[in-house]
Amino acid sequence: MTIRANFSGELNELKVQIKEFASVVDDALKKAVECLYQKDVERAQTIIDNDVKLDEKELEINEKAILLIAKQQPLAKDLRRLIIALRISSDLERMADHAVNIAKATIRLGQDHPLTIHTEISAMAEQARDMVSLAIKAFEHEDISLARKLAEMDDKVDKMYNQFTQKLLTETASNPQYIQHIMQMSFSARFIERYADHCTNIGENIFYLVKGEAYDLNV
Amino acid sequence: MVNLTQLRENNSNIEVATKENVFEVSNLNLWYGEDQALYDINMNMGKNEITAIIGPSGCGKSTFIKTLNRMVELVPSVKTSGTIKYKDSNIFDPKFAVEDLRTQVGMVFQKPNPFPKSIYDNVAYGAKIHGIKKKKDLDIIVEKSLRDAAIWDEVKDRLKENAYSLSGGQQQRLCIARCLAIEPDVILMDEPTSALDPISTLKLEELVQNLKEKYSIVIVTHNMQQAARVSDKTAFFLNGEIVEFSNTDVLFSNPEDKRTEDYITGRFG
Repeated sequence: MTIRANFSGELNELKVQIKEFASVVDDALKKAVECLYQKDVERAQTIIDNDVKLDEKELEINEKAILLIAKQQPLAKDLRRLIIALRISSDLERMADHAVNIAKATIRLGQDHPLTIHTEISAMAEQARDMVSLAIKAFEHEDISLARKLAEMDDKVDKMYNQFTQKLLTETASNPQYIQHIMQMSFSARFIERYADHCTNIGENIFYLVKGEAYDLNV
Repeated sequence: MVNLTQLRENNSNIEVATKENVFEVSNLNLWYGEDQALYDINMNMGKNEITAIIGPSGCGKSTFIKTLNRMVELVPSVKTSGTIKYKDSNIFDPKFAVEDLRTQVGMVFQKPNPFPKSIYDNVAYGAKIHGIKKKKDLDIIVEKSLRDAAIWDEVKDRLKENAYSLSGGQQQRLCIARCLAIEPDVILMDEPTSALDPISTLKLEELVQNLKEKYSIVIVTHNMQQAARVSDKTAFFLNGEIVEFSNTDVLFSNPEDKRTEDYITGRFG
């Protein structure tokens, strides 16, 4: 008989739950960016309405992890697995909030605004979505070499964001009448940039899990 | 990417004073007849520190702790090699007085083993043997020892009662008081809470931590959380060898050896 087979099974279940959570969070960002481009206010509202379900997923993961800490009194790597489950679920929840923020920006922009949404936003979103899938792969395989790549990818997102905001700044000068609209685009880019930061946080957690030490990938 | 743990360690310039050791064990091997039970044990136990010894049954941890006061020699076929220095003298030296060693290195066992005498006489026993006769002096020793063992308030009105009238947890603290009465330097504890209920266990753990101020303690325990809670350093024994010996915080959070990780997370043992 494998010792602690039940506990190992429960840790695996938790892993599966986190993967599923990440997948719905990723889906929320994908849809939010689509709505932004398609000026689809109604669908944007469904993303906002759906967020409560994602909050519940975070709670479920937290409750399960806390219960396992209480019941199993884990040590060393087992304990770190549960600690990072708590942290990652909280990062994912914040990421879902950023998708909601983009949906709100879509609603604020409305259906009739005259602006074309710049391709930079979808390019940033794509990069951020690649980061989530990489972060979850690193989490699944407890692979720090994958986690390390998140730092480079995040640098790229930061760079894209900085260049984009510069561009928008110039536009506000030439089109001051659209400043409110341009601000919403700038905010959306900012939400994606923050979303990517949370992906690097997940990478830091993988380092903590494997090495037992704290790393900062956001520098 | 920055390693924050390393950064913090580099930044903390706290000078660590060289700790005084009570025991320095070098290349200790031990055999029961032909069977070797301990292999090349090397470890130091610090003064006013709690050293925990963990490991699966039969790994040699009880044998090791009983070697520290040479009680293991009560088994006739025991042979040892290597040295154990207690305050700079090798305890295996033929000139070394084993009686003195056992006065200075007290022991508390798995099951409470009070003498079939009154609570008072249990504690006064050692002092009497060491020549203290005056009632007044004995009273002082008994009260002080019972206070230090955190049981005085529970027994002060019933000192003449038989020790067996106490609960298991109280009996164990009485045994600690009996051990303290002869003013030892080191206290060896061999699974001292394995026969106690959870509350008595926690009381005893708290007591052990308080005792650290005056004594050095070596504790063998099967309870991983107990070792993590009470000790400063932990040694993990396996098949008569030390697999890992390090600061308790490190050993239970980020052990170096895979076997330690597997044992403390319950993957074998």
